[in-house]
Amino acid sequence: MPAVSKGDGMRGLAVFISDIRNCKSKEAEIKRINKELANIRSKFKGDKALDGYSKKKYVCKLLFIFLLGHDIDFGHMEAVNLLSSNKYTEKQIGYLFISVLVNSNSDLIRLINNAIKNDLGSRNPTFMNLALHCIANVGSREMAEAFASEIPSILVAGDTMDSVKQSAALCLLRLNRTSADLVPMGEWTARVVHLLNDQHLGVVTAATSLITTLAQKSPDDFKTSISLAVARLSRIVTSASIDLQDYTYYFVAAPWLSVKLLRLLQCYPPPEDAALRSRLTECLETILNKAQEPPKSKKVQHSNAKNAVLFEAISLIIHHDSEPTLLVRACNQLGQFLQHRETNLRYLALESMCTLASSEFSHETVKTHIETVINALKTERDVSVRQRAVDLLYAMCDRSNAKQIVAEMLSYLETADYSIREEIVLKVAILAEKYAVDYTWYVDTILNLIRIAGDYVSEEVWYRVIQIVINREDVQGYAAKTVFEALQAPACHENLVKVGGYILGEFGNLIAGDSRSSPLVQFNLLHSKFHLCSVPTRALLLSAYIKFINLFPEVKATIQDVLRSDSQLRNSDVELQQRAVEYLRLSCIASTDILATVLEEMPPFPERESSILAKLKKKKGPGNLPDIDDARRNVNGSTEHSENTEAPKKSSPSLVADLLPTNRPRPASSSPIMRSAGTMGTTHPFTDLLNLNATPSAGASLLVDVFSESPAPASVDVCEENFLRFVCKNNGVIFENQLLQIGLKSEYRQNLGRIYVFYGNKTSTQFLSFSTSVASCDMLKTQLNVHAKTVDPLIDGGAQVQQMLNIECVSDFTDAPVLNIQFRYGGTLQNIAVKLPVMLNKFFQPTEMTSQDFFQRWKQLGAPEQEVQKIFKAKHPMDTDVTKAKILGFGVALLDGVDPNPANFVGAGVIHSKCTQVGCLLRLEPNTQAQVKMYRLTLRTSKDTVSQRLCDLLSEQF
Amino acid sequence: MIKAILIFNNHGKPRLRTNNTLFTLFSLSNNLFFSHFLPETFHLVSKRDENVCNFLEGGMLIGGSDYKLIYRHYATLYFVFCVDSSESELGILDLIQVFVETLDKCFENVCELDLIFHVDKVHNILAEMVMGGMVLETNMNEIITQVDAQNKMEKSEAGIAGAPARAVSAVKNMNLPEMPRNINIGDISIKVPNLPSFK
Repeated sequence: MPAVSKGDGMRGLAVFISDIRNCKSKEAEIKRINKELANIRSKFKGDKALDGYSKKKYVCKLLFIFLLGHDIDFGHMEAVNLLSSNKYTEKQIGYLFISVLVNSNSDLIRLINNAIKNDLGSRNPTFMNLALHCIANVGSREMAEAFASEIPSILVAGDTMDSVKQSAALCLLRLNRTSADLVPMGEWTARVVHLLNDQHLGVVTAATSLITTLAQKSPDDFKTSISLAVARLSRIVTSASIDLQDYTYYFVAAPWLSVKLLRLLQCYPPPEDAALRSRLTECLETILNKAQEPPKSKKVQHSNAKNAVLFEAISLIIHHDSEPTLLVRACNQLGQFLQHRETNLRYLALESMCTLASSEFSHETVKTHIETVINALKTERDVSVRQRAVDLLYAMCDRSNAKQIVAEMLSYLETADYSIREEIVLKVAILAEKYAVDYTWYVDTILNLIRIAGDYVSEEVWYRVIQIVINREDVQGYAAKTVFEALQAPACHENLVKVGGYILGEFGNLIAGDSRSSPLVQFNLLHSKFHLCSVPTRALLLSAYIKFINLFPEVKATIQDVLRSDSQLRNSDVELQQRAVEYLRLSCIASTDILATVLEEMPPFPERESSILAKLKKKKGPGNLPDIDDARRNVNGSTEHSENTEAPKKSSPSLVADLLPTNRPRPASSSPIMRSAGTMGTTHPFTDLLNLNATPSAGASLLVDVFSESPAPASVDVCEENFLRFVCKNNGVIFENQLLQIGLKSEYRQNLGRIYVFYGNKTSTQFLSFSTSVASCDMLKTQLNVHAKTVDPLIDGGAQVQQMLNIECVSDFTDAPVLNIQFRYGGTLQNIAVKLPVMLNKFFQPTEMTSQDFFQRWKQLGAPEQEVQKIFKAKHPMDTDVTKAKILGFGVALLDGVDPNPANFVGAGVIHSKCTQVGCLLRLEPNTQAQVKMYRLTLRTSKDTVSQRLCDLLSEQF
Repeated sequence: MIKAILIFNNHGKPRLRTNNTLFTLFSLSNNLFFSHFLPETFHLVSKRDENVCNFLEGGMLIGGSDYKLIYRHYATLYFVFCVDSSESELGILDLIQVFVETLDKCFENVCELDLIFHVDKVHNILAEMVMGGMVLETNMNEIITQVDAQNKMEKSEAGIAGAPARAVSAVKNMNLPEMPRNINIGDISIKVPNLPSFK
């Protein structure tokens, strides 16, 4: 008997659906729908109360219209009404509508929650299931608040039906995902674990999903699940295929449950208990053995289900990474799948092998499949599979096979899908660098890369090759020769022109001895590409030309002619024009010595993290990239880089560690201000050229005056958020964002102060070109002297550096200095401005005095302009001790027994500045009687501006 | 976790979609669903050969590289599940198969029209299998028992209101110009991707 009898149901709905289907055009369909919407609206609004059936029918129509792609803005209330119906069909449509259409922050949620509450309490399993489904599907916070405590008890209650238990488990899982904080852990957790022993396999499956999620969050609480899961798994895999009856799927016993159990076990390390461990090993062996048995059915479902379990078992083996025999067996099994006729299996085998390649036990075995994988790269018809093959080649690459793999990837690149080219380029670049023994090979590889897939070679890649050439003397001559040859191709990629221009500009002299590559030939070759290039490349070439003038005085005249031509000097692009003018002028006025200093060869680059690697990681997302720097390398690759050390280098020979800076090759040391052959950035091209961004403090060169306008700090919003918190205290965190935390410790004596600023790098990446400056407005400059010690330009990931600021108060002031911070993080320049909490009250010295003295002086300061008074509402609860602490923190002495009213506070102190001293008396009167708590603050000082400022500062504190 | 379930036909017309979980964006805004998610998914899936693998790496559209589309093609319909890395790919393929077999049993030779005229029923059946993005039940007999029980309730409630049923079947027979009648899930002519030599 068919479970759904097609005849039943709503006739009106069926007619409406077939009407829609008969519509000949989109317009006709919309017309029909609008007619129906109008009809439903009038029915819902009409005076006549609708019966349950009609309501159900119309709600169902609305649902259908919504699924056709039309937005529905009414009918929610009717759907909610259906929830409270006693009839299953009406209730069910109501819940369906709500699950599909109700926004989780809808204002109907309260009504819906009421209906759910009734259904959960109804003890009718069908209704309970509908309610649980609704909670799981909507999963809003309000629902979590309402039901998170109730569902665990439904789940573990002895008398709950199996199907309800299943729903309750998944419902709880969903709430745990969306609002974990609301799901209370408690005694039910232990009982949930025991659901793994339940008779009903559906319940076990749902419970396993729940436990897996919970165990990921708090592994220790669910440790007991390991032994239960292993026992359950063992019973399943050793059962005869018919034992589990309905849960046997195409002759495989409970495949979904097995998969879930294996996933759960992947939350934990291998079991410590030896017996348990051997039982698990036995299970895994049985699963591996079954793969070798002849199939019990030829249906694809049979092999699918069997292999789903097998792949999960292999994942667990890889996760444990502790049993060499199992690992090798797993690897061999995957090897078989690599050649399986089913594409799905080949895909999954490549994927699993990728993780297997990073295990030290199986890395060698994985490597034996290299030919198959390369073949897959060449012959697979499916881009998903080829992508996996690329990943696996990357993961299995080591010194022994690097040349082969890089060559294969390069040749594949010529025909690769556009969607994965960039990734392949990055991978080739990384492998070529990482495993280069011979750097001529590296240079060849990268030039090939540019030739084959120039468009996909990102800046990071070509910056990197330049860095390496500059850091390695032994390869410079070869690089110059190779780029020179490569540039002779009639059409070459612009990236090649960039690399060529840079390298010839630096090292063209190394090949100038050969008449075939004489200076003039080199220059003409570069200049022949000039007009085909974009502006940034042309700018780079201009810098190469000025370098030529230094390297080869014999071509000076030729180059000057080029620079002098109208197309350069009057170029519409301001950057090109400026370079041409300045380079021409430089070449005319500077003596040979100055030229040689200014245009000296680039210094070696500091060792930094490879931004290519960073870029690849970003592209793939963390975790998806097999970490090729793991322990295994130390096992098979202990000789990895020892060969490199043969060539003595100024820079570290290990280029794996030689990791790239942010996004352009710029040496950190910048004493010869214009060494750079000019790598163009789009942001601050000119200042970059002069290297001013790197270390502004090092700009003590005569050329700065000629060329530079100091890089005007971009206008940044000044952070004042925490400023007022520092009025009554001296230490704390003044600024924090995702990258940086700034803490302060300050001390003041008389008119002098000292602030220690602590900059903490919250990321794992180095901050580069870190610099700070303190800015004051013109008026403040005359009132306050701030002297900042220099700060280290590099802050390592997780590290903290300290800077000292010395402060002198010259006269009273109101404004505050601003601390500007600049650094590079991940290629972008960060600008932060923080208002420094240097306030007038910091220069207080407390003064103790008697009641008599106080009132005498109070009267002396009686002139109207000397007193400032403010009445304000309390922002915080009135607490005498807190208030006292704040007044003391403000810097004055607290005078007890002066004021006749003991509830009032009285203080006195002297502000010290270089010019004068200003005495100050204050009185704070809390009014606790009034409805709204108020304060009155009165200040009298000998100077009106001081009174005003102090009053402003202090009144914000209560 | 199963983030979304989608059924569309060979022309990219949607026949079912869940409002699932992280895709509230799509479930609530028809615009996004119809302007981006559906056409792109259709584009990705429909241009693939029958012989390639059933897994597709997710683009930014479905939430980045952690997500995959796992799909199967039966006659006129594509069944697409969007899942994260915590699901077994082959397990999901089998789940689609169970879903289709269940539909076939419930509707007796299920065809696309059944999905059109009985959206609510299809949702019901799916709800017995997947809940809040997690697999609830995989045992077909259990699922059918539940659906059967609901059906009985419906019948007992429907009474007279259910009478004009034949009209529906009449309409159904009217509207079958070019469409293959059945998905044919029976043992004889099951159409399974990736198994060309299957007899």
